[in-house]
Amino acid sequence: MSLAQKYPNEVNQIMAKYPPEHKRSAVMPLLYLAQREEGYVTKDALKDIAQMLDITETDVASIVGFYSLYHDHKAGKYRMQVCTDLPCALRGADKFLADLCGNLGIQVGETTADGLITIEAVTCLAACDKAPMFQTQGPDGIKYHENMTVDKTLELIEALKSAGKEVK
Amino acid sequence: MAHVLLRHRDIPNLNQLDVYQKNGGFEAFQKAVTAMKPNEVTDVVKASGLRGRGGAGFPTGMKWSFIDNKNWPHYVVANADESEPGTFKDREIMESNPFQFLEGLALASYAVGANAAYIYLRGEFWQVAALLDEKIADMEKAGLLGEKLFGSDYSLKIYTHLGAGAYICGEETALLESIEGKRGQPRIRPPFPPAYGLYGKPTIVNNVETFTNVPLILAYGAEWYKSMGTPDSAGVKIFSLSGRVKKPGNYELPFGTTFRELVYNYGGGILDDRPVKAIMPAGASSSLIVVDDKALDTPMDYASVRTLGADLGSASVIVIDDTVSIDWVINKTIHFFKHESCGKCTPCREGNHWMLHLTERIHSGEGSQNDVSLLLNVAKQMQGKCLCALGEFATMAVVTGIERFPQDFQKAVKA
Ligand SMILES: Cc1cc2nc3c(=O)[nH]c(=O)nc-3n(C[C@H](O)[C@H](O)[C@H](O)COP(=O)(O)O)c2cc1C
Ligand code: SF4
Ligand code: FES
Repeated sequence: MSLAQKYPNEVNQIMAKYPPEHKRSAVMPLLYLAQREEGYVTKDALKDIAQMLDITETDVASIVGFYSLYHDHKAGKYRMQVCTDLPCALRGADKFLADLCGNLGIQVGETTADGLITIEAVTCLAACDKAPMFQTQGPDGIKYHENMTVDKTLELIEALKSAGKEVK
Repeated sequence: MAHVLLRHRDIPNLNQLDVYQKNGGFEAFQKAVTAMKPNEVTDVVKASGLRGRGGAGFPTGMKWSFIDNKNWPHYVVANADESEPGTFKDREIMESNPFQFLEGLALASYAVGANAAYIYLRGEFWQVAALLDEKIADMEKAGLLGEKLFGSDYSLKIYTHLGAGAYICGEETALLESIEGKRGQPRIRPPFPPAYGLYGKPTIVNNVETFTNVPLILAYGAEWYKSMGTPDSAGVKIFSLSGRVKKPGNYELPFGTTFRELVYNYGGGILDDRPVKAIMPAGASSSLIVVDDKALDTPMDYASVRTLGADLGSASVIVIDDTVSIDWVINKTIHFFKHESCGKCTPCREGNHWMLHLTERIHSGEGSQNDVSLLLNVAKQMQGKCLCALGEFATMAVVTGIERFPQDFQKAVKA
């Protein structure tokens, strides 16, 4: 199913933001829509967006490649992106990440065995006064989790687990 | 003193339209649209001495007066990319005092004759964008945005646009490319955006905090605004304080407040009461200031900070104490810049690659004094040769770190 069939209202809202002669501007919001369900942009979605905007598939793929919040491969249902940039690192972010990975038994970049969580290390998220912190990128968008501890994070993971079960 | 920008800290529920309006909100916008000529708005902003809060400190009213009136339509773009490590002020404004920012954006749009304005938010501000979309809808319902506002001929629409994780999109021309649906790579300048901006049309780009100053400047006048701060740096600034302090956070203070007041009075001093070793006043792009009594007593305004061999920039003050080694600091900053270089020009792309390689080696204890000299050399080679300021930013902490804290590098390579 094409994006326009699947999300007609949202696609219309997105297209209305930009002058009709500059519809290429819609590529970024459309890519967010395209990766909402699977967590990454499929080949079919690239083609679909390219057709909608009268640009080439290569154009769309180059956008996916350039921006770090678009993904071209499947990962865990939630990407847990821990900030380890300088200000957070001055407040213990590196140790938090190491302890969290230790607890989950995975390395940075890996996914938990149940496919729920992929742990990533990222640069500043504009929450430097609330370290340690991370964002979750998943089907419900991007959310911030600030002033975290490993215990609080494990609780969050449990909550995400049971939320997923209810949906199914 | 009552806040000018972080007014939500004084007035509960200021993020609700009725509360914002009860506190004078949108009176300035209505007055401008119904009783002032666009250039009169620009003149007030010019007279206030307001300078851009995105880092470069360019006079805001002057920028608005550069808009090319022979080429239409015009656009105004709010830079809400906020990706400089250590900067988290625009987020607080947008989350907690969104209408003051939106009113400032509307006033700027009226001043330069733009009927459409875009807010470019970093992709991680997904929730902030959703909130702004709600607030924009509230304004439309209340007749504060839309067609023929307040019975005039002026119409305005505001749209949000989410980036997707690229620091370089904070650079204004890369940002415009990104809204156009392209990779965020800087354009060659000139022409500058007021002549050639979004879709090739005259465009004003300002930082979120810059816009947020405007409604009160219009309401209380240029003289009131200039009565705060210093002659060179008028008004108030939000300082994002982070690092090894007891109370990190945003502090809105007049320009000219000293580093000592910020770190000790507001920031509560250093964790475990250690001594301060270094300060980066402009986030990861900053030079490293060696901290002594003289530095601590230096007023934070554009001109005074320069006397310490650094720039105030976005006033993202990262505090480093004596438990931290500077070779580790520059390893962190170069990790950031290597990741964020857009790859368009060779000195920045290759230079950051080499600098990361060298800082990794030095920090892991496997480096030699030759590696330190080579690192300094690579950084200096990059300076003045990059297409945009990111390349330059990347070298700041490296060069000043090695030159001002040589002992840390001697220890790192020996150990
Ligand atoms: C690499 C780079 C990153 C930047 N990031 C930001 C940013 O996140 N926010 C911002 O307002 N300005 C940023 N700027 C500055 C903008 O290019 C531009 O000068 C600013 O938005 C103008 O607004 P002002 O006059 O209100 O400061 C950045 C500049 C460079 C070179
Ligand atoms: S200096 Fe770096 S970020 Fe700027 S255009 Fe060149 S490669 Fe891109
Ligand atoms: S350094 Fe982590 S949020 Fe800024």
